[in-house]
Amino acid sequence: MKIIVCMKQVPAGTNVEIDPETGAMKRLSSATRTNPYDLFALETALLLKEKMGGTVTVLTMGPAQAESMMKDAYACGADEAVILSDRKFAGSDVLSTSYTLRQGIQVLGGADLIICGRQTTDGDTAQVGPALAEHMHIPHAAWVTRIEEVTEKDISVQQKLGDVTQVSRIPFPCLITVEKDMCVPRLPSWILKKKTADRKVRFLSFEDLPNQDLTRYGLNGSPTAVERMFPPEKAQKQVYLEGSTEEKTKELFDILVSRKII
Amino acid sequence: MDFLNFDAEACTLCGICVNVCPFGALKFEKNGIEVGESCRMCGLCVRKCPEKAIRFEQKANEVNKEEWRDFLIYAEQEQGKIHPVVFELIGEALKMAPKVGYHVNCVIAGGPGTAENAKDLLEYGVHKVFVYEHEELKWFRADCYTDVIADCIAAVKPSSVLIGGTELGRSLAPRLATRFHTGLTADCTKLDIKDNTDMIQIRPAFGGNIMAQITISRSRPQFATVRYRVMEKAKKVENPDGEIIRCKMTDDMVKSSIEILSAEVLEKKKSLEEEDIIVVAGRGAKNETGVALCRELADALGGQLAFTRPMVEDGFGDTAHQIGLSGRTVRPKLIITCGVSGAIQFTSCMNGSECIVAINNNPEAQIFNTAHYCIVDDLNQVVPKLTELVRNRKED
Repeated sequence: MKIIVCMKQVPAGTNVEIDPETGAMKRLSSATRTNPYDLFALETALLLKEKMGGTVTVLTMGPAQAESMMKDAYACGADEAVILSDRKFAGSDVLSTSYTLRQGIQVLGGADLIICGRQTTDGDTAQVGPALAEHMHIPHAAWVTRIEEVTEKDISVQQKLGDVTQVSRIPFPCLITVEKDMCVPRLPSWILKKKTADRKVRFLSFEDLPNQDLTRYGLNGSPTAVERMFPPEKAQKQVYLEGSTEEKTKELFDILVSRKII
Repeated sequence: MDFLNFDAEACTLCGICVNVCPFGALKFEKNGIEVGESCRMCGLCVRKCPEKAIRFEQKANEVNKEEWRDFLIYAEQEQGKIHPVVFELIGEALKMAPKVGYHVNCVIAGGPGTAENAKDLLEYGVHKVFVYEHEELKWFRADCYTDVIADCIAAVKPSSVLIGGTELGRSLAPRLATRFHTGLTADCTKLDIKDNTDMIQIRPAFGGNIMAQITISRSRPQFATVRYRVMEKAKKVENPDGEIIRCKMTDDMVKSSIEILSAEVLEKKKSLEEEDIIVVAGRGAKNETGVALCRELADALGGQLAFTRPMVEDGFGDTAHQIGLSGRTVRPKLIITCGVSGAIQFTSCMNGSECIVAINNNPEAQIFNTAHYCIVDDLNQVVPKLTELVRNRKED
């Protein structure tokens, strides 16, 4: 079985500040980490490989520094790591990101199963997985909470959709996005790290992709545009309750009762 | 419409697609198969083509915005009922619609009973409800639901499509937006519309530290998913004059490669989003004892206990009871935060609450910027006292 895991390197923190004069964004931290949700995707893939045999390829789009994340994936047991990296991919929204990933997957000769984390911690959209499935014209199941069964030709998964827990069987090729806590991601192993020290990470640029139409990639291929960024609104007026603990508690209680809240 | 793309080299002119098209949109022409105006983007031909020669491959060309009109709201059903987020979407769309002279329409898809549910939508001032009812649509399957809703979008040509930011909505919306090769803004917290019919979509970015205003100005339809409980519900109108439109369905339209093996409705517990009163235990609650005090208060008030992210990570609760960007957004009548510091990731997901009380012994805690009633004190003292007051009152 050939499995591709989509991963992303995200900023380690989410602290950003807006320059009040220019309105431009100042990113405070340049430290990065692997999107924590993707670790569950990788672990799911590695467990499936242990059971079924085959290969696990990790795929990302991003700057060259994502190589460190890919090296970690090698040290966890991934067989191949590929980075789609090109300045032409910069400014991609969901549509062009998922399209670029699809092009990358085409170069890699497709896959039986594609696994994504439920969302990233920087974009928070949870959209790239299903969008990628649509680009590839394959079925998908999002928010997967458990793998029930896997065979040579299909996979059965449990999903939670609101109040409904659903188990579906999906034929390969297909895509799933997995929830956190469906497994315990392993840590990079020191032995594997030594073993894979010389293993290269493969880089793919725009020129390597089958579709050379620039309007499909990066900012050009992105129908959404950020018009402006601004800090969240300030809260409304507030009341500080004063006095002893008893008095404060009693006052709060009286307010809640008089406002008919309780 | 140039939504479909034929790979002339791969096409063997077998004619399967021509036969399978429910709308008779495909024809043999001089240069192979061509797609006519009646194409509804249902995707049947794409799925049936043995050579995989047909793809949705349209490019985001500059569209004529005049051709795309009105709002279309995806009316999600949950356990045979309309999901409450739908009424919030209707409310928001009805606020925007008059500014550009649009109608607000809905599309609803599901198993038996769907057409009956559609009537409920009319009471809120919806102009048209497009109904797709079929036994095979009883449970959600990403592929055929996409086909069915795409069928409606291609026929109706809405300017904007609004979808609830539920698990189901967020699985469906990206597929639809990708199929129409257009933009999708996830998890909007505020919507407005410009004179030129571009929607102004505002959503938190970077973990809520910044708000981003996003537009989709070159393509249509504009897709947005909207968080549950962020917008105000629509009100019922006095003289509803909308109409229900039953859309034609074929068995082929609902064919899915996904097979549902089982589907269970979890015991219907009030979700955190539906709760009127919430008590939140933050890191200041420290341990089991602190959490127990908060739980007692929540029980006394007849509400639910929720947690901040660090508390969930420490195993005090599950993500279904976590408030914050990586958890739930709530806007209850009353929220009492106990020992919550008030990081923006948290506050941005509860600051729509009607009454916010903060109890924290640190006067510098950020939560006091959000709270309406601030108590700077030890929660271990205040919370049990408040619980007692509430209990005594109930007994009176």
